[in-house]
Parts: sequence; structure tokens; C-alpha cells
Amino acid sequence: MYYDMIMTGFGGQGIQMISQLVAVASIRKGLNITYLPSYGVEKRGGRTNVTVVVSDEDIGSPITNMPCALIAMDRIGLDFYQPVLKSAGVLIYNSNLIPPDAIERNDIDIVKVNCNDEAVAIGNAKLANMVTLGTLIGRIDFLKYEDIENIIEEVIPEHHRKTIPDNLKAVKRGMEISKNN
Amino acid sequence: MSEKKLTKGNIALAEGAIQAGCRFYFGYPITPQNDIPEYLAMNLPKVGGTFVPAESEIASINMVMGASASGVRAMTSSSGPGISLMQEGISYMAGSEIPGVIVNIMRCGPGLGGIDPTQGDYSQAVHGGGHGDYRNIVLAPASVQEMFDLTIKAFELSDKYRNPSMIIADAMIGQFQEACRLEPDHTVEVFEKPWSLTGAQGRSPQILKSLFLGPGEQETHNRDLQKKYREIEEKETIAESFMLDDAEIMVVAFGTPSRISKTAIRYLREDGVKAGLFRPVTLFPFPQSELHDYSDKIKKILVVEMNTGQMLNDVKVSLCKDAEVSFYGRPGGGIPYPNEIAEEILKALKK
Repeated sequence: MYYDMIMTGFGGQGIQMISQLVAVASIRKGLNITYLPSYGVEKRGGRTNVTVVVSDEDIGSPITNMPCALIAMDRIGLDFYQPVLKSAGVLIYNSNLIPPDAIERNDIDIVKVNCNDEAVAIGNAKLANMVTLGTLIGRIDFLKYEDIENIIEEVIPEHHRKTIPDNLKAVKRGMEISKNN
Repeated sequence: MSEKKLTKGNIALAEGAIQAGCRFYFGYPITPQNDIPEYLAMNLPKVGGTFVPAESEIASINMVMGASASGVRAMTSSSGPGISLMQEGISYMAGSEIPGVIVNIMRCGPGLGGIDPTQGDYSQAVHGGGHGDYRNIVLAPASVQEMFDLTIKAFELSDKYRNPSMIIADAMIGQFQEACRLEPDHTVEVFEKPWSLTGAQGRSPQILKSLFLGPGEQETHNRDLQKKYREIEEKETIAESFMLDDAEIMVVAFGTPSRISKTAIRYLREDGVKAGLFRPVTLFPFPQSELHDYSDKIKKILVVEMNTGQMLNDVKVSLCKDAEVSFYGRPGGGIPYPNEIAEEILKALKK
């Protein structure tokens, strides 16, 4: 089993958080992971990209130029990585910030999510990342909802633990969207 | 064995230092190694250690020298320009046979360069950097787990041979995260230090120095140091082999390029191309004889580095004379993708 993904957007969208949830949940299942964040100029509003590789074998490269999945939370990230997504790969994109006509590929599995609207409907705009995570969980077979539920407490900082129920609600909503897409 | 935790390379290194018994850290900030002092500033005092934010890298290395001279385990970390500033101190430590661990999370150069991953400081670490006829023990981790394990190793070797140890890792190894066992896999080795300067109570004074002015004194000292380096070469070489048993081409790489090469090799193996990898884990001592033995059977060699060919010569002098050596290098923060290395392997095979 081998699965690599690139998650991209701007600082503050919670991309590092959902990448960590995927990484820690995978480790708990006995899988190997590499988690490579962009570094150096982290700030709210700056670019943020993460490459996560998951495998049941030893992982060689922590970088990829043909990922199995691309999670694009904004237009700049989509435009940059769309061309390299593997054929038949999964593209999950935030349609609140990315117009559908930005999608140029027709050989991929496209999941359109109004991340921001969905998050607001659950009660907090900051949940957009968790909706996206749910959508991803709906598309991969090595992680299930329970795997995220089991580890969310150790990843979310202590002072935000009271938001866990809403976060999980957002994951579930994302999974529904994935199913209907 | 403890549960593996998602850990950043730099943090694994810092925690490794604490568990190795390092109780003194001196350093000055620079990207991409800042996680190390940040972690140690928070956690060294908890175990009774001392964290000093030094006024410069020159001060840092001299504080390491002073602390180590008193017999404790001490460390500094920096990157590129900061490591250059430390070279005089490292040379003094080698000359005075004072241990100590120096960590270089490499950024691009020359000069202030950039903060992207690179391996441009191989020659500086392995072939001197400072003045005089000396060698550093140099370890090159390629995973987060090795950032932890090899830091412990660096302290052990440094004390065992009374010689500075360097850990060099490109910024990717420092910044990326993997599952890591944050416990040593063996009892950490500690050494008696009868040479250390502890106040001379109940014994005659002793001196640690690198100045030898008597007739022939310096030459004798140099010969003694060389004897020590030969012993290190004989006993402490570490290397990893990957899919080399039936290989027709051998990639030689350390750090991040070795990781990416593994993926390239797996791609090629799916198409029946018999490629394998040789990874030096210790850069000094360099695994010369292992490489030589492999090149007896495998005649095509591709050296991959994230620089313009600094390990290349060490590989060349290790190989059998009839080995055909190709090189693929990416300086200045360029990181090769697996398919790019795969293409270079195929090119080298066709040569």
C-alpha cells in the first residue's frame, strides 16, 4: 500500500492540522508516514503546502511530483499542483475560493466542496479544513472516521479541546459530501 | 519499546541530545535549525541542564569547548554561516582532544545563501573546515529516527575518542516529520574522563591544549591523532545497503538524496532494472572498504548529491579502478524528484 498527497492553501486554513491528523492516525494503524511541511516563512496568509506519504513499506522519498491526491484550499495552490496530480488521482477543491472553470483536468476524480459554507453551516468558519479532511477520508481506504476520532485529542492543542465535537461533526459532513459527489 | 510519535527531525535530534546526557547547550539562532534551541531552552532546565543563548557562534563553540573540558556532555547547533564561524573552535577542540557535538542543519550557500535543503557543507565537515591536520567524526542521518539515534551515537563516539563529532543533515531531514521512537535502543554509553579539568583537588593539575612548541612535539601529536583517526576508520564505519545483492548499478547517496533514490530504485525495479543503493551513514569514517567490495561486483556507479559533487571524490578513491562513475548533483536548494533520479540511473546504465 502506498498513498501520497499534497495539501495546499494559505496559512490559517488549517492545512497543517488536517495533515497531522492524517499522519498520526496512520501511525496508530501501524503505517509508515512522512510529513513534509513548507517552512521558513510560516505566517497567517502566507503559502502553506504539506506533502504526506503513507505506506505499509519503508518510505523512501518524502517529496512527490505525481501525488495520488491533491487537496486545494485556494486557487494559487490548485493552479500550481493541478498539472502534476496523478492520472485518476483525487482532487478535492474548495469551491468557495476556486471557480469550477479553474479545473482543467478531465482524467481525475474531482470532488467539489464548498468548504467555507459547510463550515459556517456547522457553526464556525474555522471548520473548513475538517470538512475537507472528511471528504478525503471518504476517498481513501486506509483511514476511517474512527481512526480520526481516536487520535484527535492528542493532535488538537489542549485549549481547543472543547471544539472537538464540532470538528468531528465537520469530518462527518465531509464524508457525506464525498459519498454524494 | 515505547510507542512511536510523529516527530520533527530537529526535535528528535534535540531530544536525542538530552537522552544522551547532554546537559549544556550553547547556540545562536539561524534557520533551519531553530527548533533545536527552542526545544532545548524549554526542556534542558527540566533535567537540570543549562541552556545559554550565546552572543555569537564563535562564543557558542568556545563555550562548548569549555564545558566539555570540564567533562560534561555539551552541544551546539547552527547552519552554514554559523558553522563557518565555529571552525577555529572546532580545530582547537580537535587539537586539544576535547569532545563535543556540533550540529549543522545545512542551508544553501555560499554566503548567507538560502534556507532550502542542501548538502553543500559536506567538504567543510568531512575534510576540515578549520585549520590543521585533523578530522571530525561526521554522521549523516537520513530519517527522523536517525536524527535521534545518531545524536546519541555522536556523543558516545565523541567521548570515546576525545574528538569533536559533527552531525550534518540537510534542512529537509531537519524539518520533516516521521514516526519516531524517542527512547534509546541501547543503554547510552558513558566514559570515564580522567583527563577532564575538574579543579585538581587531590591530584596534580592537568592541562588541555593545542599548542606544542617543543622540538618534534607537534609532529608527534599529529601522528598520535592520525593513529586515532585510523582506529576510528577501522571500528566505527556505518553504512546501509539497499537492494544491492543482484544490482547492476549502485547509487551512492547520503541524507535526503538517499531517501529519494530509494523510491527511484523501487520504480526501476518494477520495470526489471537492477538498481540498488549504498548509503554512507558515517561520512568520516567513510565506508571505503565496503564501497570497494561492492564495486568489485557492480561496475556502474551513480553518485547523487544535493551539491556539485563533494562526496564524489571520496567515492571515486574508494572504488575499484575499472568502476564507471557518473554524477547527478543539485546545488542551491534544488531537490531531485524520484523520476529525475530514475532517469539519471538509466543514463548511467547506458554509458
